[in-house]
Amino acid sequence: MTSETSLLVVFISMALINNLVLTKFLGICPYLGVSRRVDMAFGMGCAVTFVITISGTLTWMINNLVLQSIGMEYLKYIAFIMVIASMVQLVEMYVRKFFPPLYDSFGIFLPLITTNCAILGTCLFIDLWHLRFLQAIVASFAGGLGFTLVICIMGGIRENLEWADVPRALRGAGITLITAAIMTLAFMGFSGMIKG
Amino acid sequence: MATEEKLEIKKAGGPEALTHFIRGLWEENAIFRQMLGMCPVLAVTAQMKPALTMGVATTFVLVCSNTVVSLMRKLLTGHLRILMFTLTIATFVTIADLLLQAFLPEMSEKLGPYVPLIIVNCLIIGRAEACGSRKPVVTSFFDALGMGMGFTFGLLVLATVRELLADGSLFGAMVLPDAYVGQGFNWNVMKLPAGAFLTLGILLGLSNYFFRKK
Repeated sequence: MTSETSLLVVFISMALINNLVLTKFLGICPYLGVSRRVDMAFGMGCAVTFVITISGTLTWMINNLVLQSIGMEYLKYIAFIMVIASMVQLVEMYVRKFFPPLYDSFGIFLPLITTNCAILGTCLFIDLWHLRFLQAIVASFAGGLGFTLVICIMGGIRENLEWADVPRALRGAGITLITAAIMTLAFMGFSGMIKG
Repeated sequence: MATEEKLEIKKAGGPEALTHFIRGLWEENAIFRQMLGMCPVLAVTAQMKPALTMGVATTFVLVCSNTVVSLMRKLLTGHLRILMFTLTIATFVTIADLLLQAFLPEMSEKLGPYVPLIIVNCLIIGRAEACGSRKPVVTSFFDALGMGMGFTFGLLVLATVRELLADGSLFGAMVLPDAYVGQGFNWNVMKLPAGAFLTLGILLGLSNYFFRKK
């Protein structure tokens, strides 16, 4: 397998087959909380993709170049979360300065990207799978892209669900989770794309 | 200062701590009421054993970090607060992860990255913000204990449904007749991600239907 095809395989498997939200259950909070409208979902997806790509790359470098060479891997989690927290702070300041209306509509969810498991989860999976540097960059970017894709589809479905007659007890989170279950079944079809 | 602290603890040792403890068990149950910490809820509940381990680990981290945050609460201000919460939590998660690797290596392998992911469990940081940074130590301790036990209870409910339907067993021991699995009546989909979403959605609907105040 040449290195280009292996990068493509990593991309497809992160974005579709091992989708962060639907198969790894990462980033469920924003998936349920911010997916009420497509435009908000898209904004959230972009912010998360940006943070994931940067922090996936940085944590790979810190983990492989610094921590492993001085034998202090047990500080891994603390180092990862520091990188993510500072990246989110950066995005928050940028959005507040240049897109004030978007900033207002996110409310509490923007600082909460820090506690978005999708980001820390991606960094941990990259470490677990022992990816190489380029693969790590591609994997984290694809993970963010997959998150954006799924949360936007969900936003579209939920915009239409507003017109449906949902039983009272299931309104809100209940019906969203059941929709997610059906979406997961659909995404299982992608798992045949890569063999061997 | 010292006497003030003592008085506060004395006052808190009684009813306040108890109300906080009970509230966490059901009234403000993390999973069914507040919808916090959903990632592990969906990811580790395919079987009951990992669900129990996860619940206990989360309760450990929750209790330790809430107590420590409460001890530091007079020193924490402004923006640095959240960072200190996260660092405290990350420290205790590292301890829990190393303990699991040492004493339950199989379980640690099975749970994989979901143990370190306790760091970003919104339940823990939410409790640190809402309770640990405001209330005295005893109250925070019991609040965290109640919340953690409520969370474990929720995980176990979900795992019971999923393991029973998928494998016909509870805690790995068969409870349904062998024919259930042998002749393929079992719902394999319950083990898969789709089953997790479906079960949680339906359980949330049921809890709303029966318990929601009008």
